[in-house]
Amino acid sequence: MLMSVELILNSVNLNFIAFNKYLWYDRLDGVFFTIFIIAIAAAEAAVAIAIIINLYRSHKSIDVEDAEEMKY
Amino acid sequence: MSGSTIIFYLLAALTLVNAVLAVTTRMIFRAAIYLLFSLIGIAGIYFWLQYEFIAAVQIVVYVGGIVVLIIFSIFLTQQAGEQLPKQKLGRQLFAALAAFCGLALVMLRLAQHDFITTGNKAIEPTVANIGNQMLGVDDNGYALPFEVVSILLLAALIGCIVIALKSKPETT
Repeated sequence: MLMSVELILNSVNLNFIAFNKYLWYDRLDGVFFTIFIIAIAAAEAAVAIAIIINLYRSHKSIDVEDAEEMKY
Repeated sequence: MSGSTIIFYLLAALTLVNAVLAVTTRMIFRAAIYLLFSLIGIAGIYFWLQYEFIAAVQIVVYVGGIVVLIIFSIFLTQQAGEQLPKQKLGRQLFAALAAFCGLALVMLRLAQHDFITTGNKAIEPTVANIGNQMLGVDDNGYALPFEVVSILLLAALIGCIVIALKSKPETT
């Protein structure tokens, strides 16, 4: 699931850069959006990995369907 | 068909095939490796578009950071050898249908849009231009989002450490 989110964010980045190069080549806005999206995706992936590791410690499995109760 | 077009189609095919394999395979370590190749394909497309800085950032952050983090987490939770459960056929069909509908929507919208280009001069995406504009405080400056993103990264880092910390043993 983590990997699908990374793929989605990458596709958006590619869109921004492509539009920047071909349609609005006098501004660099697409480049900045891309850099910020890369940084935010990195932060989100790190937090998700921390949650997964924590989940593994309590459930001994990282399958999403094994975590059925909301109790901590 | 010039060489440049052939290179673009090759890179796009590499990216797409690896992305589809990454989400449909049943062994999780292979999915991480397919994701790695897919991200390298996207970095290749950035190089082809002559945005070398973004390509370098992509390789360093995504390939050298996030995919390594994913592989670490797979090894730490020792799931590298087992197979993921096979999804029901209904779920697979629905997912394929949803992806196809999304693609059809985007392609229809693209075909109907008339793309107008501006007449101004092009600005080169060199590192000097990007750096000057990112830290600028005028109308086109991006200093405020830059500071906000750095605070976000700090908060995410501290959050990760707190979440993944082992709880202290009870003192008797």
